[in-house]
Amino acid sequence: MNYIFFILIVGSIIIGAINGKLQDVVNAVMSGAELSVKVAFSLIGIMAFWLGMMKIAQKAGIIDWISKVLKPIAKFLFNEIPSDSPATGDIAMNFSANAFGLSNAATPFGIKAMEELQKVNKDKTSASNAMCMLLGMNTAGFQLIPTTVLAVLVGVGYENPTEIIAPTLLVTLIAFISAIILSKIFQKLWKPQTEEIKGGENE
Amino acid sequence: MSNFLNLISLWALPVLLILILTIGLIKKVPVYEEFTDGAKEGFKVAINIIPYLVAIIVGISMLRASGAIDMCAKAFAPVLNLFHVPAQTLPLMIVRSLSGSAALGVFSDIANSLDPNSYAVKLAAIMVGSSETTFYVLAVYFGSVKISKMRYALLVGILADIIGIIAAVWVAHLMFG
Repeated sequence: MNYIFFILIVGSIIIGAINGKLQDVVNAVMSGAELSVKVAFSLIGIMAFWLGMMKIAQKAGIIDWISKVLKPIAKFLFNEIPSDSPATGDIAMNFSANAFGLSNAATPFGIKAMEELQKVNKDKTSASNAMCMLLGMNTAGFQLIPTTVLAVLVGVGYENPTEIIAPTLLVTLIAFISAIILSKIFQKLWKPQTEEIKGGENE
Repeated sequence: MSNFLNLISLWALPVLLILILTIGLIKKVPVYEEFTDGAKEGFKVAINIIPYLVAIIVGISMLRASGAIDMCAKAFAPVLNLFHVPAQTLPLMIVRSLSGSAALGVFSDIANSLDPNSYAVKLAAIMVGSSETTFYVLAVYFGSVKISKMRYALLVGILADIIGIIAAVWVAHLMFG
């Protein structure tokens, strides 16, 4: 992450200077910083709402129940988390919210799942295999209906917007399954996590 | 089929809320107290992810402003011509992993500037609809639990995005080509 951050910032400045867009790049620092806080603040309300709902679901035993039902799948995908961890339920909620296009709800569920996974993580500064799998599933963006895209298409007068749904679903499914397979492969190839080193340095 | 899917999308959230609250009451959970107790966390989580969001969003804003994405698009153009991919969709392929709002912006641009029923618009729609902003997801999720070593998560995200782009080109060609 350190290198990516360095390359993003320094690379942008150099390329911006070459392209004569240095002023734009400097302005982007300001607008980007402002935007990040806006994004975070816009999450507070919806995050609070869903975390509240999740708490009820947890106390009512719904999350445990989902975890139990999905145990076989979870065991395959997230083989290192304990079978009684509520993470499975959170992950299921995260996945369903994504699938139904409720990305606002998906984020709090995902974060809740990350917190549960962090509890059973060996090294608190590095991502466990289960975390990487969850992230892989999320970055692939599996969604049944691309609602925003449909809205744009309708707006510009596209004749038959719904014809886009099936191909999009197929593509997103391919990406989603690839992400799972890739995570499984990298789990085997990548250097395994070491036990926690206090104050461990970043890569 | 699509009507049915739309219906599910519309009802997913209301049904979920009814289920959670009803089961909560049946199990004698003090729903109001538990709700407000859980909701308290919302503020903390949102504040926790700000540093990570600032790092990633500022970096990506700078990259977009620098013109690097257009340069990449130009460099890749000959390769894409080989596969009959319209050049207009190129910036979209790069931007969709970086920023959701930018991807939607580029897509609206394409849809507005070209014939709405053209092949490029169809391909662009599939590409945008089938992706999630990899960098944003990584920043928020890992930021929320303060993980700095992502290990192979980013690699998986990017490779899955590339596979998604190839799949989009292939499926669009098959269906609308």
